[in-house]
Amino acid sequence: MTDALAPKLASPKAVLSGSSPSADRSEGMSYLETLPRRLVTLYLPLGIILIVLLFPFYWMALTAIKPDEQLLDLDRFNPFWTWTPTFKHIAKLLFETSYPLWLWNTMMIAVASTVLSIVASVLAAYAIVRLRYRGAQFIGGAIFLAYLIPPSILFIPLSTVVFQYGLFDTPFALILTYPTILIPFSTWLLMGYFKTIPFELEECALIDGASRWQILLKIVLPLAVPGLISAFIFCFTLCWNEFIYALTFISSTSNKTVPVAIVNEFVDGDIYRWGSLMAGALVGSLPLVVLYAFFVEHYVSAMTGAVKE
Amino acid sequence: MADAVLPGPLAPEASPRIPAWDRLKGDRNWLGAWFMLPAAAFLILFLAYPLGLGVWLSFTDARIGRSGIFIGLENYEWLWDDATFRLAVFNTILYTAVASVIKFAVGLYLALLLNQNMPLKAIIRAIVLIPFIVPTVLSAIAFWWLYDSQFSILSWSLRQLHIISSNIDFLGDPWNARWSVIFANIWRGVPFVAITLLAGLQTVPPSLYEAATIDGASRWQIFRHVTYPLLTPIIAVVMTFSVLFTFTDFQLIWAMTRGGPVNATHLMATLSYQRAIGGGYLGEGAAIATAMIPFLLAAILISWFGLQRRKWQHGESND
Repeated sequence: MTDALAPKLASPKAVLSGSSPSADRSEGMSYLETLPRRLVTLYLPLGIILIVLLFPFYWMALTAIKPDEQLLDLDRFNPFWTWTPTFKHIAKLLFETSYPLWLWNTMMIAVASTVLSIVASVLAAYAIVRLRYRGAQFIGGAIFLAYLIPPSILFIPLSTVVFQYGLFDTPFALILTYPTILIPFSTWLLMGYFKTIPFELEECALIDGASRWQILLKIVLPLAVPGLISAFIFCFTLCWNEFIYALTFISSTSNKTVPVAIVNEFVDGDIYRWGSLMAGALVGSLPLVVLYAFFVEHYVSAMTGAVKE
Repeated sequence: MADAVLPGPLAPEASPRIPAWDRLKGDRNWLGAWFMLPAAAFLILFLAYPLGLGVWLSFTDARIGRSGIFIGLENYEWLWDDATFRLAVFNTILYTAVASVIKFAVGLYLALLLNQNMPLKAIIRAIVLIPFIVPTVLSAIAFWWLYDSQFSILSWSLRQLHIISSNIDFLGDPWNARWSVIFANIWRGVPFVAITLLAGLQTVPPSLYEAATIDGASRWQIFRHVTYPLLTPIIAVVMTFSVLFTFTDFQLIWAMTRGGPVNATHLMATLSYQRAIGGGYLGEGAAIATAMIPFLLAAILISWFGLQRRKWQHGESND
């Protein structure tokens, strides 16, 4: 039964394809507009905005594969294109620097803290929405407020805390502090998903003698899989993106994450550094872009869901 | 739920037969406490405690490697007379105000464009969000390269078009640097605003637009009197988030300018990092960070009222 219900119950809201019941796929009132008018009011401004949004990535990718002599000579070569792409910068990055290690650090820290936060958030969200213990309402509000506390006012005291606990300059400094950013967000998101699961299913299970733990594992979680995927992807992205904690709590080169390592280790006096710098930025963004490409709808529902709930 | 199954008269008879352990397992407060434990542990140890500690540190003269003693408001008094701090507050307010207003305007406009029916709709909407996916620091580095003083493609293009005669020093001149980082922030923030507002736009029933069109409303009137009122609650929430995260921004500035030139782009967050971690004056850095809290509280209050309003507008009960 649960399998049949799952897609109907908690599928991510289809913001991108606009297939929600109220926004149907038909042309609607757009037949009232002529093509030339649409060209000026819709396609032209949209095109300009898209070019501005994407140009920095195009430039990043192009710089990463341009040979050195073309990088700095804008007049002899057409700067917007290259006919002689090279993988020199990327190869240098992967084989001559610690970049693979930094990628591995980032990946490991992101996965570990995401898993920790999702487990904690599932339990907390279920308790707030369904156990409704005394004060659940208040705790839900407090968690939302915690979501609004930005890392940049916490990093100074947190650095002394991390030092006291003996975690300084270890991956655990980040694995244990990132959940403070992720738990409020994913709890809030999962609360929204759990609310969509009918009470009756749980009541049936309670009558059949299931414990709360069994209900959570066998009924609620299978139905909330889309929500879990959304939360997981969004948390993973936030971890990958995090900068200020990683900058403050990690000092040795071998423990750094990609964003910090690029800012601190690549920025030296070399005039040809731009090639490898852009290669580093490109390779560091690719995992997230690939992940995003596979889970666009989940990603968007996580982003909008957290705001709308 | 479980206790509702047992009517009053039966309960005293039934309860002695249930062992204490089972009764405890059924108690929702007891269970709730255990379910909340992991999340609460993280949030108390690494969020609530540091938040309090940060306020306390701002009243001490702590340095790195030495815990400080209580010195009252001395840090704040010192900051009050500090020209750099005042400049950072000015920069932060300018950065937040300009970037938020433009992000809102462009984001709303983009959302309205994306809400129209067109070929490849889903792909275009997905592409718009890419600047938000890519880690801020990495795109900030790309902007740093775009803003390079000698080899900037922007300067080169403008020179080819004969609009300027010499390269623009994007990050070397105080005001140029301010506008440059503000632009980078807008660039990164617009997709978030646009896609979230798009999700809000999709909840507006098309029949309202049709009715307004039949009544002879112009495009502007439809936007002003149909779309905008229905969108207000979500605008309030999105803009709160946007203001909050712009105000406390750190990584964009740190990757591009580190507060330079001559402190022209220092925000409160970057200044507190520089003083606390760079200079070792933890107490002073904590005071700068604590000074951001009143602004954040104001933003949170706005968000609170935005959320409240949404509930009664939709006729929901406060569940």
